[in-house]
This record gives sequence, C-alpha cells and structure tokens, in this order.
Amino acid sequence: MTPLIVLEAGACPLPLDNVDTDQLIPARFMKRPRSDGYGQFLLHDLRQDATNPACALDQDRFKDCQIMIAGRNFGCGSSREAAVYALADFGFRCVIASSFGDIFASNAVKNGILPALVSPEHIKILLAHQSVTRGEPIRIDLADQHIRIGNHSIGFSIDPVWKTQLLNGWDDIDMTVSYASDIARFNQSDARARPWARPDRSTAQ
Amino acid sequence: MIEQAGSLSSRPKTLIDKIWDAHVIVDREDGQSLLWVDRHLLHEGSFHAFDQLAKRQARLHRPDLTFGIADHYVPTRNRDALAPEIKRMVDQLADNCASHDVTLFGLDDPRQGIVHVAIPEQGLTLPGNIMVCGDSHTSTHGAFGAYAFGIGASEVAHVMMTQTIWQKRPKAMRVTVEGTLPNGTSAKDIALHLIAAIGADGAQGHAIEYAGSTISALTMEGRLTLCNLSIEAGARLGLIAPDDITFAFLRDRPFAPKGPAFEAAMHAWRSLRSDARAVFDREITIDASTLAPTLTWGTTPEQALPITANTPDPATISDAARARAVSDALDYMGLAPNQRLDSITIDRVFIGSCTNSRIEDLRAAASILSGQRAKVPGLVSPGSTAVKQQAEAEGLDRIFTDAGLEWVDAGCSMCVGMNGDLVPAGERCASTTNRNFKGRQGPGSRTHLMSPAMVAAAAITGHLTDVRRFVQGSNK
Ligand code: SF4
Repeated sequence: MTPLIVLEAGACPLPLDNVDTDQLIPARFMKRPRSDGYGQFLLHDLRQDATNPACALDQDRFKDCQIMIAGRNFGCGSSREAAVYALADFGFRCVIASSFGDIFASNAVKNGILPALVSPEHIKILLAHQSVTRGEPIRIDLADQHIRIGNHSIGFSIDPVWKTQLLNGWDDIDMTVSYASDIARFNQSDARARPWARPDRSTAQ
Repeated sequence: MIEQAGSLSSRPKTLIDKIWDAHVIVDREDGQSLLWVDRHLLHEGSFHAFDQLAKRQARLHRPDLTFGIADHYVPTRNRDALAPEIKRMVDQLADNCASHDVTLFGLDDPRQGIVHVAIPEQGLTLPGNIMVCGDSHTSTHGAFGAYAFGIGASEVAHVMMTQTIWQKRPKAMRVTVEGTLPNGTSAKDIALHLIAAIGADGAQGHAIEYAGSTISALTMEGRLTLCNLSIEAGARLGLIAPDDITFAFLRDRPFAPKGPAFEAAMHAWRSLRSDARAVFDREITIDASTLAPTLTWGTTPEQALPITANTPDPATISDAARARAVSDALDYMGLAPNQRLDSITIDRVFIGSCTNSRIEDLRAAASILSGQRAKVPGLVSPGSTAVKQQAEAEGLDRIFTDAGLEWVDAGCSMCVGMNGDLVPAGERCASTTNRNFKGRQGPGSRTHLMSPAMVAAAAITGHLTDVRRFVQGSNK
C-alpha cells in the first residue's frame, strides 16, 4: 500500500448524509474481478440523475480530485469493500465526513484511503469554501492531522493505529505474521479452556 | 450470584468484555488487540479475498473453522438452468472452497440457505464465539451471545491466512427493553423504533447488548431479527446473553457439542452475562408496551415511523440539511409531505432475507394471509432449504400460493437483487428486509421495511396497512 503523508489535490463536494455503500457501488457491478477497474461504477446510479450532487464527479474541474467531502454516516450499510475499490480506482485518497460507517472506514484504510473525521460545522465550512467549489487543490497533512484550505486550518480525527498504517503504508498481514508464535500458543491453551468452541464434526459431514 | 473471593477486586464486566477478554492473543500499545476467530463464514462475494490469497500464494490457515455457503447470487427458481454469470459466481465459490478444503453448503446441499439463517441452524453459532463474515449482517449471530461482526475483503483475507483479526475494543451500549409487546408488533418493530430514535449512525463505534424482560421473552427467531438490524443503527454488532431458550435451540444441532460435552458447554455458557454492576458507555431503555407497528417511509432505516403517522413535512424542519434530506427521500419514494402512511398503495411484496425469513416469520405472515387473496404480486423466499421444508410440512406454502404469492427457493433473493429477483424501477415494495436504500432492490426501486405480519396485511389491502386491523383481540 502507498504511504499517505501529505495530499494536495482538488476536493469534490458530495453534500449528502447517509451515502451507503449500495450508492457507492450498486450490487450489480460487483461480479467483476478487481483487475477490471471499479472506478467507472462509483456512485453510478446517483450520477444518472442530473440534479444529484454526485454529478459533480463528472464536471471537468473535479476530474482529477483525490478528496471527497461528504456529510454524516458516509459508507454505512453493506460491508462490500468494492465501495472502496470504486473510490480508489476513481483516484480518491481521502474522504472527509462528519461520521463514517465502521466497516467502510476500516476497508478504506486497508486500501490506503484516509477517512478524515471533522465536525458537522467544519463540513459546512469546507463545502462552502470557494477553493472547493472551484476545484482548487486543498492540502491534507496526516502527520499533524490538519486540512489547510485558504486561510483555514481545520483539524481532523483519525484512529492512531490507522494513522500509523497510512503514514507508513503498512499492511496488517505483515504485522500479524510476526505474532505467529503467540497465535499458536493461544490456540493450544484455548483448545483446552474452551473445547466446546470448536465445531463438532462427529455427526455432521 | 455469589462472587468468587478472588474476583471481588476485579472490575465488573459486561458480556462484551467477557467474550473479548477470552479471545485476546496480544494487546498492542496503540489500543488494537489481536483476537482469535472461532468461525469464519464465506459466500460468493468472498472471491475478492480468495484472489488476495492467490496473489500472496498463501493457504487458508484453518479450514476446520471456515464454512462456505452459497446465498447472495443463488437463483430462487429453476436451479438446474443457471444464467452463465450467476453460475460463474456459484462455481467460483465451490472451486475456492474445494481447493482450500473448506466445508461448503452449496446450491444442492440441503443445508444451504442465507448464511445468517442456515449457519445457526447447523449449530455452528455458539455462545461466546467470535464469528466474522464478509457481510455486515453478521451481527445476526449475536442472538446466541456470540460476538459476531461483518468485515471487508482485506480483513477476510487476513482471517483466512491467520484465523485472527485486529480490533479496537468497542464502546458498550445497553438497550434495555421492558414490558409486553402489543398485538401486531414484533422484534422488527423494536429495531425500527430504536434506529429511528438514535439514527442510522446512533450506535457507531459501539457494540449493543440487548437486555430486559421483552428480550428474554423473545424466541431465537425474534432475537436473530433484532441483532440482525443492529448494523442499521451503525453498531459494530449486537448480542444477547444466552439463556435456556438459546440452549434449547442448540441442543442436538449437527455441529453443536453433543451429550456430556453439551452439558459442559452449557455450564460455561451460563457465565456469559454482564455482571450486575457492569458499566456501559451508553444506556437506552424502551418501553415495549408503547410500540406500534413501525415501517420506513424513506431511503434510510432511520426514516421510520409508526403506521398511524403521516410522512414528514420538510417545510416544518428548521435544519436546512435535514429538510433537504427529507424532501430528497420523499421525492425518490414518490411521496408527498403529510401523507397518511396507511394511504400509500404498493405494487408488490417481498417476504424473505436474513432479517425475517425464518419459520416464525413465515408463520406470522401466513396467519394474516390465511384464507385471503393478495391484491398485489409478491415473492416469499424462505431463509434456508430447511425452513422451506418445515414451512411446507406445516402447509404454509399453500397459504402463500393460495393468496397469489410466489413460493420459491432459499437465498438472498429480492433483498439485494444480485440473483436477478428485482423490484422494477418506480415500483413500491412492502418488504421484510433490512435496507431501504435507493436502488437496493433494483435500480429505481422503492422499499418500505416492516415486519412479516405488516407485509402480509399490505399484500391483502394493496396499501400500507395497520396489521392490528387483522389481529385485534387475537391475543397472539
Ligand atoms: S439477505 Fe440481504 S442483508 Fe442478508 S445477507 Fe443476504 S443480501 Fe445481505
């Protein structure tokens, strides 16, 4: 995974609450292998309705944006990691929102996308800011957890573990492998402590 | 309960703490813990994780603790003639499970069904287990006092390779429900009421324990429905302390402990309850006796109201963003402000999904539909092949087909439409499912979530209907 330290890019406004992962990628597009690319399906159905704010994605000035600014409860619903694949393949590296679906946020980090949490008031400020509406770059500093836009500097929250992973581009699996002997030891003592916890395959096939 | 001498000094624990503590392999300074996973469930969507495994040339570590099941893409009719792209999804799962020695409940297996319906039937969901699956409604299994949650594809790959998962201890929320559920209401109404009250992100970062006299009186089916919907309140998971109802369900299930091992397990399971003085980060109480049949009118589960209400009026909402969200939802749903909910006509009904497709759900719907004709078309998809057989043995299938509804095979079906069971664009569906998101049941579809009994009532009248009209005084 590519480390994320500083991001300077345009920010696409998506002034909607409860953007669920079914909106981020409708289920019918999920049969394909990832290697096909998922970017074209991002917010697919919302973008069919010309009045929907998601159509900003199709405007020239947001063509190369890497940051999305949304409302409350972004990425709620289905655990489909394809929602994150769609964002990543479209080119996004960061979503700013006032709350996130738990599973979505975790999936995002695993794909090098920063879920930056700010207050609802700051979302309003960001969405209204002319740098955003004009598609000019804004700056995100992960180390000191700040969004720099015009004269504003807005702090954001991120789980410290996720922050470290994003800064370093670390992968969980590499980290876990270093605990292999602890896992083996746990498995042995747990099998004695909770023998009932294993499936009984004596009658079932 | 008498406390053991040694434990007097220790902090009282919640049920969530007890299961967590029993599964910690290492605690990292940064607050993450590596947890042991007792059960890992796979479905067709797990191909992304298998692809990640292949890329790393890794093997699945514990096939003995991993189970595959075909549900999301399976057809509910004509299973002998699969469409090529559906067949590819189902075959891909079978191939991946076979090459990694994973037990599969495939298309032709009598144990097949929706993962969250069929796996508990097999006795694979046990109290105190940590269970994961690449599906957000894994919270369903919490009904047994299991710590069960949905994960994404990268985490699925991690569990495949290590049988562990990194997690941060969630905050604990207790939802206490007291009193008797009124006629015409069920676990679904408790859940929709809760989500409307706290919001679709109201329980974010929390695990919910459901407690109180109403919960103790719920059957396993009701508990599964309630825990299933925890995710729609934003919770990581929901669970209920196991009791005699849980144990009676588990006894003699195929993969559950048997004989003396079951008695020993039951002894251990009885300690899986929150200590009397355990502290929760958040407490919510609900008086069950005040609940009315509840349903959603909008495009998120938090947009739910009792059937006696009217749709909201954005003009009366001062917060501009909220008013916009309400008018957008009304627009999408083709509804006017201040419209009586029970005046809204529907185009079809769906009874199914991991929320409400168990035998008790089908009985509840059938008891309303018995001897009646549905005014609209509809689909009834039992949650598992076993539920289907049981329902047919009880004659429920005849009640549905006599009413004019279609009785089909088990799978996710019209809950998500991946298998082709879709609500056509612009049509309105009264549905027992869990998500009323835009386009969830098909592009342009409009979904109203409600209980099976409420769906049955809507089918008979052709509009959203207060089911109490049909159950007054029946005392059931
Ligand atoms: S029934 Fe619906 S919610 Fe449940 S697992 Fe299947 S698709 Fe997901």
